[in-house]
Amino acid sequence: MNLLIKGGRVIDPANKIDKVMDLLIEKGKISRMAGSIRSENCRVIDAAGLIVVPGLIDMHTHLREPGREDEETILSGSEAAVKGGFTSICAMPNTSPAVDKEAVVKLILSKAEQAGLVNVYPIGAITKGREGRELAEIGELKRAGVVALSDDGNPVENSRIMRRALEYSRMFDLPIIAHCEDKNFSAGGMINEGRISTVLGLKGIPCFSEENMVARDVSLAKLTGSRIHIAHISSAGSVRIIKQAKKDGINVTAEATPHHFSLSDENLRLFDTNYKVNPPLRTGQDIDAIKKALADGTIDAIATDHAPHSEEEKDVEFDYAPFGMTGLETALGLAIKELVEKRILTVSRLVEKMSLNPARILRLDKGRLDPGSDGDLTIIDLNKEWTVKKEDFKSKSKNSPFIGEKLKGIAAMTICRGKVVYEK
Amino acid sequence: MVKWNRKDLLGLEGLSPAEIKLVLDTAESFKEISTRQIKKVPALRGRTIATLFFEPSTRTRASFELAAKRLSADTVSISSSTSSVVKGETLKDTARNIEAMKIDIIIIRHKCAGAAEMLARAVSSGVINAGDGSHEHPTQGLLDLFTIREKKKKIKGLKVAIIGDILHSRVARSNIWGLKKLGAEIVICGPATLMPPEIEKMGVRVVYDLRKAVKQADVINVLRIQKERQDAGFFPSLREYSREFGINKEVLKDAGKDLLIMHPGPINRGVEISPDVADGQYSVILDQVTNGLAVRMAVLYLLLGETKVKL
Ligand SMILES: [Zn+2]
Ligand SMILES: [Zn+2]
Repeated sequence: MNLLIKGGRVIDPANKIDKVMDLLIEKGKISRMAGSIRSENCRVIDAAGLIVVPGLIDMHTHLREPGREDEETILSGSEAAVKGGFTSICAMPNTSPAVDKEAVVKLILSKAEQAGLVNVYPIGAITKGREGRELAEIGELKRAGVVALSDDGNPVENSRIMRRALEYSRMFDLPIIAHCEDKNFSAGGMINEGRISTVLGLKGIPCFSEENMVARDVSLAKLTGSRIHIAHISSAGSVRIIKQAKKDGINVTAEATPHHFSLSDENLRLFDTNYKVNPPLRTGQDIDAIKKALADGTIDAIATDHAPHSEEEKDVEFDYAPFGMTGLETALGLAIKELVEKRILTVSRLVEKMSLNPARILRLDKGRLDPGSDGDLTIIDLNKEWTVKKEDFKSKSKNSPFIGEKLKGIAAMTICRGKVVYEK
Repeated sequence: MVKWNRKDLLGLEGLSPAEIKLVLDTAESFKEISTRQIKKVPALRGRTIATLFFEPSTRTRASFELAAKRLSADTVSISSSTSSVVKGETLKDTARNIEAMKIDIIIIRHKCAGAAEMLARAVSSGVINAGDGSHEHPTQGLLDLFTIREKKKKIKGLKVAIIGDILHSRVARSNIWGLKKLGAEIVICGPATLMPPEIEKMGVRVVYDLRKAVKQADVINVLRIQKERQDAGFFPSLREYSREFGINKEVLKDAGKDLLIMHPGPINRGVEISPDVADGQYSVILDQVTNGLAVRMAVLYLLLGETKVKL
């Protein structure tokens, strides 16, 4: 069925549009945008008072399938995504088996198709088994449909292999998404190294662990002339390195997660394992630096690093709990609360970070509302106040430290390829 | 007069100075019981106290068990080898099972920081932290405070030096919180590799020269050095450690005659402390052990509370 979205504030940063108008989707594609559109045979959606934007894209999602279907499946992850306002998600390859073969890519794509809710873009492993030793068959992965390469969860520790990965991937125009962590520094660490780790007696992960690898990776990007995307920036030092690298003309982009700009290590006071993430939550100064970097463009994208974990796995001693928090369903609310409400970003800039820029980095034909483009839209209610509730999560895992938190702003409707896939 | 309103004793960080003083004052009255011929009072008769030790420590456990017995409580001890943790049961399951046995207080020792906190949230029984990783060891902190107060008649204004592996030491953290709250001045000293980052923000002064650290100290608390730290590369050798940071006669040559030397035990004689100092005139190491019993009796008594104990 065709959709006519009436009277919404349409924001499309790619085309510098920000005005109230109607938008018509026919046969899954955006066909017209105008002050007032009349059309027969379509579902009319009243978007008065709401914001209509290109569908949000999460370039960093862990879907856990194949391997840990008890924590998340491609279906449950898709449901969580559309509830969070995402029309596209990129599936990180640290599944079991890892996404280092055509067959795994195909499996993900076919499960995503069956789920039929969002566009799922697999990310392939850089190295076989994500072990950092030999390059994966990147050509095969590309043909199977991956949009980027990453060993996420692991850094590629060996600089020579990282160099080869950057050089080799360039032939396929695939960006390398770097999980920057120097494991010699982070080994055994659980939270940010600093005052809080000292008081709690938990082994710390110094910012240096990340910054050392960010510095190496931008140097390698310079050496090879290849593209690199730095995942989940957590520290002010990393921001400085990226800012300088961009100034030097190095082809580097970066993302930050909602939890890294909303929470600090102070939140770990009660040893709540839902706050245990990698890279760890840093300090207030790091939060300020990340916010500033989002505003000045040093950080290009907001990505969730959605990392679902079962309650049994998280409900153990802090040392034994896995890293990661669920993120798809709270990302938009947190971004609005922390960035839009606090006037760090306008709504249009936010859409850039959550849709247009991820599409650009990954060369996806998404993130903009050009006539003829896919009907991927998110309708946002900026003023809706809501409380994060455990029972409302669509994700199979509820490992969110934001449960009980009041947020402002939520996806009212998610439309993917012209189909309403979620409505509140 | 302050009242004890807490279910648990997890650390000294969260206690007020008045609460700490309450424990110390209560311990004073309990110390006398141990000097009687019949070392037992009926205060906690009918109460059950479980010790749940995931890390071996005969001394701390014995001290807690004896404290419970002197208050006429029943005790049961569950060690990690006899508990089902090895069979994959979680800490919470273990705790709930213990709770199903209607136990009033669980005393936990665990190698993970935060384990006591986690347990306290999971059960309605009282929880006493008997050491959680490198986090806190509150009864050790309290018995150190008690010993200092007993010998010096005050804590405010005293200069206390804590020497050794501060990074991994829960004793150091509990000592720092307790001493700061009661107004002592703290200097810490040890290899820079064993100094936690931003420790100054806990209100202490860091000194790397042992002689400077102990100069004019009223109390020196010597921490145990674990030999494994050498293997992990924190310092080059035990020999070098003991030359740089070992407490011996020579280091103490200018000490005042009422200096106190403390050590949480067990001692590595000849490493962090020389035998003649450990057994010498300044040492109050055995007083610490005696006082530990009184402090633990006080803590058990306060947690189960005057109001909570009905005869
Ligand atoms: Zn990562
Ligand atoms: Zn990730």
